[in-house]
Amino acid sequence: MTTTEQIIDKVLIPILEKVSDPEIPVLSIMDMGVVRSAVIINDIVKVKITPTYSGCPAMDVIGDDIKKALKDAGYESKIDLILHPAWTTDWITPRGRKALEDYGIAAPLDAQADKEVLLNGKRIVKCTNCGSQNTRLVSQFGSTACKAQFQCDDCQEPFDYFKCLK
Amino acid sequence: MKNENLYNYILGIADNSLILGQRMGELCGHGPSLETDIACTNISLDLFGQVRSYFQYAAKIAGDERTEDDIAMLRKERDYNNVLLVEQPNINFAYSIGRQFLFDVYHLAFLAELQKSSDFTLSAIANKCIKEVSYHERFSSDWVKRLGDGTSESKEKMQEAINGLWTYTDELFHQTEADKAMVAENIGVDVTKLKDDYYKRVNDLLEEATLEIPESKWFQKGGKEGIHTEHLGYLLSDLQYMQRTYPNMEW
Repeated sequence: MTTTEQIIDKVLIPILEKVSDPEIPVLSIMDMGVVRSAVIINDIVKVKITPTYSGCPAMDVIGDDIKKALKDAGYESKIDLILHPAWTTDWITPRGRKALEDYGIAAPLDAQADKEVLLNGKRIVKCTNCGSQNTRLVSQFGSTACKAQFQCDDCQEPFDYFKCLK
Repeated sequence: MKNENLYNYILGIADNSLILGQRMGELCGHGPSLETDIACTNISLDLFGQVRSYFQYAAKIAGDERTEDDIAMLRKERDYNNVLLVEQPNINFAYSIGRQFLFDVYHLAFLAELQKSSDFTLSAIANKCIKEVSYHERFSSDWVKRLGDGTSESKEKMQEAINGLWTYTDELFHQTEADKAMVAENIGVDVTKLKDDYYKRVNDLLEEATLEIPESKWFQKGGKEGIHTEHLGYLLSDLQYMQRTYPNMEW
């Protein structure tokens, strides 16, 4: 686990939890771990977010959505994009992992298992449809840069796997 | 500009990713299969994302009116300092993969060193990028192996691509004036030191892919000084079209 401090003002948590990742609508940005800090200074909310992937096109939208959610709650805000420390899939919360699975995206394995799956073709990623581990990698890049494409050889369902990023 | 060496140094790094990203992006809708098409454009997207981080930082250092978009879109050909390798065209899929592979191996080693930069922003960007680039390198080296150790036709095409691109590899390890100045300040990476490991890694992989290691000792150079192959002009006319036709337009 990468240790890093996350400072979020308690009153802001319910507001920020309502903002979701535009590409994975079931996942709140809080469960995604992209909000690194949110504090109220002189009536302005200062929010620091970090991108999952450098080219993630969702980041601009996430910034706008946070601004809007805070405004609806009566706060002016300033959003800063920070790169350090770099985002890791370890920051996805247990609730976030469950939301991913329910949505049909297999949650990231630990780094070692991830390597086995993506490099050595090990069959351990659980099919999000039937739960079988008889699954194979179709492509290291799926519908977005953060995911790889898999297929289940039991129920034949194609599905995305969220790649481990550490 | 107070920090001209740092500015030029950042552009030198970012231009490689920008031009390679544009080349990979050209494959959008033209990849050999849907999955590969998506992989190539995802790599392109990663590279563009990285470029944005670099150019945003460069614009801050310049400290004038210019933005990341101006730096990306409004320079002339001679002002781009990418290596010749990344501007080479998509002749066929083997060329695209060969170019990607020959750059990825370098890119990964370069970022590993840049993480140690005394410049906090550059080190943070490198730390972010290296995770993405390690996926690129897996993808491209897998394909070099698959094509090299594949059918007689795929092997021939992969070999042809490696032979054709080989002449552009040595330039990766040339130092510019900005490089030297930044190395002296512990900000930049001494690329000359990456060369031996690079060729070892590349040669090992080529061997594994049952391909011949090219013997040619004659290498092209010039990109880092803004002297490019004919291909860059055409690439830029595509890349810059919207900004040149509709100045200051925003998406």
